[in-house]
Amino acid sequence: MSVLQVENIKKSFGKDIVLRDISFDIKKGEVLAVIGPSGSGKSTLLRCVTLLEKVDFGYIAYDDLVMTKPTGEKGKAVYSDTQTLQQIRRRFGLVFQNFNLFPHFSVLRNITEAPVCVAGKSREQAESQARTLLDKVGLRDKEHAYPCELSGGQQQRVAIARALAMQPEILFFDEPTSALDPELTGEILKVIRNLADENMTMVIVTHEMAFARDVSDRVIFMDGGVIVEQGDPHQVLENPQSERTRAFLTRFSQN
Amino acid sequence: MQMTLNNVLNMMLRMLETSQTTLLLFFSTLIFSLPLGLLMAFGRMSRIRPVSWLMKMYLLVMRGTPLMLQLIFFMYGIDLPFSRLQVAIIAFSLNYAAYFAEIYRGGIESIPIGQHEAANVLGFSKSQTYFRIILPQVIKKILPPMGNEFMTLVKDTSLAQIIGVMEISALANKMQAYYVTILPVIIAGVFYLVMNSVVSSCFSLAEKRLGYYN
Repeated sequence: MSVLQVENIKKSFGKDIVLRDISFDIKKGEVLAVIGPSGSGKSTLLRCVTLLEKVDFGYIAYDDLVMTKPTGEKGKAVYSDTQTLQQIRRRFGLVFQNFNLFPHFSVLRNITEAPVCVAGKSREQAESQARTLLDKVGLRDKEHAYPCELSGGQQQRVAIARALAMQPEILFFDEPTSALDPELTGEILKVIRNLADENMTMVIVTHEMAFARDVSDRVIFMDGGVIVEQGDPHQVLENPQSERTRAFLTRFSQN
Repeated sequence: MQMTLNNVLNMMLRMLETSQTTLLLFFSTLIFSLPLGLLMAFGRMSRIRPVSWLMKMYLLVMRGTPLMLQLIFFMYGIDLPFSRLQVAIIAFSLNYAAYFAEIYRGGIESIPIGQHEAANVLGFSKSQTYFRIILPQVIKKILPPMGNEFMTLVKDTSLAQIIGVMEISALANKMQAYYVTILPVIIAGVFYLVMNSVVSSCFSLAEKRLGYYN
């Protein structure tokens, strides 16, 4: 059973075509790494499946819930009603590159706000769950801190806990370590690795090639708005079939 | 006229009494203009073109013409079934709401788009996002410009005398003419200064209270 199914999606910003024809799906428990040069459409892809952008064409569904299907004029994407989209939002979580924690809330409140206001949990229930999650990301002692008092790595771990608090079936990461100092990336990658061990379904847009190779079950290489190559991480990263993938990886390892 | 201690005390008592009108004008204006300004800010930021255009024109007129002229217009230009003080409250509220609207808009637009996106992904509705995530952060950002406006409003209440509202400046003018001394004007000045000291302290306190985050 696919947690997420994406078929032939296309997206442009004005004349700029960002996604040309993307199809892929993710099985339960799978970890998918998406790599590629900047401007290849990776982040836009993530934003489209998380409803932050709308695709122009194509089909996207979370299991039985259809987000959009190409039933419009000339195959244009038609989105489902708001209620369905709201149900879909409950199925995924997204971790941003620059955390986007709520600065006016404590760490605990950052994590409990959505479970209480959106999922209708009681505050006690949400708080005890939040503490379990903080334990998991190693920040149990920071529940009363405010985001501005935390390091980037700690903020990102709170952001992960915040996303997990809504108990998503799939978790997306948009370059989760790109805004961090190199010495702080390790703590984030460790948390993601632990989630992978717990069979969390994840899609990770990343520039950490070694991490992608070690943690993911499948790697997608994107360039120019298309999926150039995909498959087993060792295969794609160590023995790429496509010239473009090879060129990217060579350029990447030189930097 | 000879200034006796009795005269001075009498002056101050009448000032104190009249300051009620000034305070009433001040607080009523805030009560109406603060929420009204927020609505205007939303109108100004509306994606519906005619709404945002109309709002823009309104804000231009209200901020681009003297409050004194607006007072005269509301008093004598249209026939409103209200007292002079009530007309002053209406004119002040409509005028100050326009300034507040622009301050709110500046504050709302300064909140990073990532805050909206994070709330959206977590499933917050539009109104939850505004009232729980965005506006609390806006309040912190707009405190300094709001403080300015509040202090200006304290002083602007003196304009209401142009339509015959008896507030403390009007009283000071009258007393000055009657007693032929500048003293009432100085007393009135002290009144405004005291009121603005309170306003200023309140804002400092609020900024301190909200200083726990960046």
